[in-house]
Order: sequence, then structure tokens, then C-alpha cells
Amino acid sequence: MISTIYDFSGLTGFVDTALRAAMSPGWAQFMELVIIGLAFLIFYALLGLFMVYAERKVCAFIQNRLGPNRVGPVGIFQTIADLIKLLMKELIPIKNADNLLFNIAPYIVIIASFMAIAAIPFAKGLHAIDFNIGVFYVMAVSSLGVVGILLAGWSSNSKYSLIGAMRSGAQIISYELSVGLSLLTIVVFSRTMQLSGIIESQANGWWIFKGHIAALIAFVIFLIASTAETNRGPFDLAEAESELTAGFHTEYSGIKFAFFFLAEYMNMFIVASIAATVFLGGWMPLHFGTGNVFNHIMDYIPPVVWFFGKTFTVIYIMMLFKWTFPRLRIDQLLILEWKYLLPVNLVNIVLVAFLTLMGWHF
Amino acid sequence: MKAIIQYIKEIIAGLKSLWAGLRITSGYFVSPKEIVTQKYPENRHQLKMSDRYKGEIIMVHDTDNHHRCTACGICQTNCPNGTLEVISRKELNAEGKEVRVLDQHIYRLGMCTFCGLCVKTCPSNALAFGHDFENAVFNKAKLTKILNKPGSSLKKEVK
Repeated sequence: MISTIYDFSGLTGFVDTALRAAMSPGWAQFMELVIIGLAFLIFYALLGLFMVYAERKVCAFIQNRLGPNRVGPVGIFQTIADLIKLLMKELIPIKNADNLLFNIAPYIVIIASFMAIAAIPFAKGLHAIDFNIGVFYVMAVSSLGVVGILLAGWSSNSKYSLIGAMRSGAQIISYELSVGLSLLTIVVFSRTMQLSGIIESQANGWWIFKGHIAALIAFVIFLIASTAETNRGPFDLAEAESELTAGFHTEYSGIKFAFFFLAEYMNMFIVASIAATVFLGGWMPLHFGTGNVFNHIMDYIPPVVWFFGKTFTVIYIMMLFKWTFPRLRIDQLLILEWKYLLPVNLVNIVLVAFLTLMGWHF
Repeated sequence: MKAIIQYIKEIIAGLKSLWAGLRITSGYFVSPKEIVTQKYPENRHQLKMSDRYKGEIIMVHDTDNHHRCTACGICQTNCPNGTLEVISRKELNAEGKEVRVLDQHIYRLGMCTFCGLCVKTCPSNALAFGHDFENAVFNKAKLTKILNKPGSSLKKEVK
């Protein structure tokens, strides 16, 4: 099989045995943690820089502009220049702010996204942890970020921050339901919560093709709800610029602001990669049925390319959402969730259960 | 039952309107020819300002170095922030009559708000807007300009 060429479990296994041969098991474990942590840190920095650049370019093209085009060829070093500026900025202490909470809030937000990214499979054998409850775990930790947002709003001693944080809380509690239920449809289809198992179940076709209309509905609902969960437009009530200056991060400056900014983009990457993994087959190449020539040709494209291709497609769709639709009001936001997405989702779950019971999917 | 059909209709109508919006924006995304941004310092030589562009004030001179300013001072009285100063002198014309002619038309660019009242009120259309907009200088004395060119005189037909 060609797919064994691109299997990363050999590489990771080799690193593991080499470390275990060189030192005691405890230290080997620790070294592995450090390596993974460093890898993710570098990955975060590079991906954050790239995604901010991509967002600015996408929004510019949508608005018939050129976007950044001065620093480097077609402006590719613009975000690096911005990062240097942010690193050198002063961290302004806020009068009467709750200093402890104010300072740990950005870290909570970024730690939540760090925990979520650990469960994402980038390629066969290339994931930090492969839980048997992967979907459940990702949903649980990705909603931890709202704690950081609430703390930031509460501790800033600013009414804008507080209103922004409260809105964010209401929003995430509502939309968490839709995200969970839409992921459950695929869990019902694939009969496992393990992300690698879900990917394996898509070896003969992605769920969005195999799952009939039900998977499509779930995918659309997941896109809408996850856009809301990442606090991005059109659901960016938490930082509604025209109403709340910058919402929960009004009082933050310099690198602490950069952390919120980075966490927002990484959350977008995480939900996009979950969508790609669960609905679009993750690193699994495009397959139809089993054992034909088409599948064999598709196998030659490395799984990392498939994974990032699908993820960035979903990210592009989310960026398109942000730059197309106007921001919802808080009542419209809650009506959309509780009166439309949730009932449709519940009916959809019943439909999926019926389809699976009858064995009507491929 | 009726309510359920209404509900589904609402959802479909909503999705349709969202789709219409997405089609427009993604249409713009894939049409790079429609980009309106101009790369300014690079296109300095091709840059063409529109006809009614309100730039700095100039005095129109024809090829024989004649201007149309009669030194009546209406522009000076109309200027809200004292940007213009018209200095005139008395001269004897061919018939031996004493007439007022323009000596210096002083324009202080640094104080000008480009409101255009001087151009609008000039009875003999002597003033106009120039198309030059790169007005930054290192010495603010350079912002004070004399609009009539040296040696210029009043055009014959302007009274």
C-alpha cells in the first residue's frame, strides 16, 4: 500500500525508542513532552503569522483592494513587522484592575487552544494524543477559552470589556450545543469518538459524500456554530468594534493583546481542522469506494497536503463569512441558535440514527 | 403543519439570501481586474487627477505670460482664513489714466483649507485649482507663494 510511505508512526516510534534507550522512562517522557511543546510553539507562531496575512489578503481581495503589499514581495513580511511592533509595545497597567486575573486571562485563552490542538491528527501517526474520546475532548477543551475571555472582561475594570465578555459567554454556551450535536451525527455514522478512527472510517469516501443530506446539514450547522464559537464575524459581538471599542481585550496591549489575537486565529484553525477531520476525511485522500485506480492516484498526494488543503479551504469559507455578512444583534444571535440551528440539529440527529440503523449509508 | 412548512420556508429563504451575499463576495475575490487600489509612488508618472480635483490654488497664465487678475481683491475678502493677499499698484495706461494693476498675489498654502471660495468668487476667472498635490516641504517659508509669474501682465480683453 502506498499510504504506508507517508506513515509517520515509524518516525515517532523511532524517536520514542531512541529517547528511551538513552535515558530513564521518566526523562524520556519529559523530553517527548518538551519536543512536542516546542514543535507546537513553532507551529503556532508560523501559522499565526501566515493566517493573519492570509486574512488580510482575503479581505482585501473581497473588497477589491490589494491588501498588504509594501513589506517584502506582495507584503509577505507584513505580519512579521507587526509582530515585532507588538513585542516592543508597552504593557500598560490598568488602574483598579484585578491584576492576577488580568494577567493570566490571555494565557488561559491560549492554553485552551493548545490543549485542543493536541488531539488533531495531521497525518497518519502524526498527532500528539490519540484519545478514544477525541471528539468529546476537543469539544470540552475548546470551550475552555471562554473562561479566559470572561476573566479578561471581568478583571479589566472597564464596562466595554465586561459587556463584551458577557456577550461572549452567552454566545459560546449557546453555540456549544450546536457544535456538539453536529459532531455527534458523524460520531453516530462512524460509531467511534476516536479521531483517528473517524478518519479510518472515511477510507472509502468522506462522510460529507457518504452521509447523504444529513451529513451536509450537519456540516453547514457546524460551520455556522463553530464560526460563532471562535468569536469571529458575523458573530463577533464580543469585540464589536463599533459598539464596544474592542470588547473583552480593550484594555490589553502589547504581547498580551497578541496572545488573544493569536488564540482567535488558532481557534479558527482548530475548528477548521476538526471540520476537515470529521466531515472531509482529515488527512485521508479523496477516495470513492475501494481499490480502484482513482483512489490509487490520490494516495500519492501526501496526507499532510490533504489535511492542510482541506483545513485552509474551511478557513477560507470562514473568512468569506466574516467579510460578507453583517454582525448579528444579540437577540438575533440567540434566535438563530435556539429557534433554528438547535431544532434542525435535533431532527437531523434522529435522521442520522435512522439512516445508520437501516444501514443506508455507504 | 402549516407552521412547520412556514418554518422550513424561512430557513430556505435565509440560506438563499446568505448564498446571494457569498456569491457576490467570492465573485470579487476571483476577479483581480476589479481591484481599485493604486500603488502610489510607483504610478506617480501615470497618475491622472480628476478635472475637478481641489489642489493648491494657481493663477492661470497663457502662453504670452498674461493673467486675468484685475487685483480687485474679492478673493482676499472672501478667504475665510486670510490665505490670500492681493497687493496692487497704480499705473498709467496708454490713455494717461491711472489704473490699478496686480503687483503680487500672495498665497499661503500652509493656511489654505482648499474650500475653493476664491476660485468660485473670482469675477474674471483668474484663479484655478492646480493638480499638484505633493506639497510637503522642509521649510515652511516655501509654503508662501507668489501666484503671478514675474513679468506677467493683465490680458487685454479682461476689464
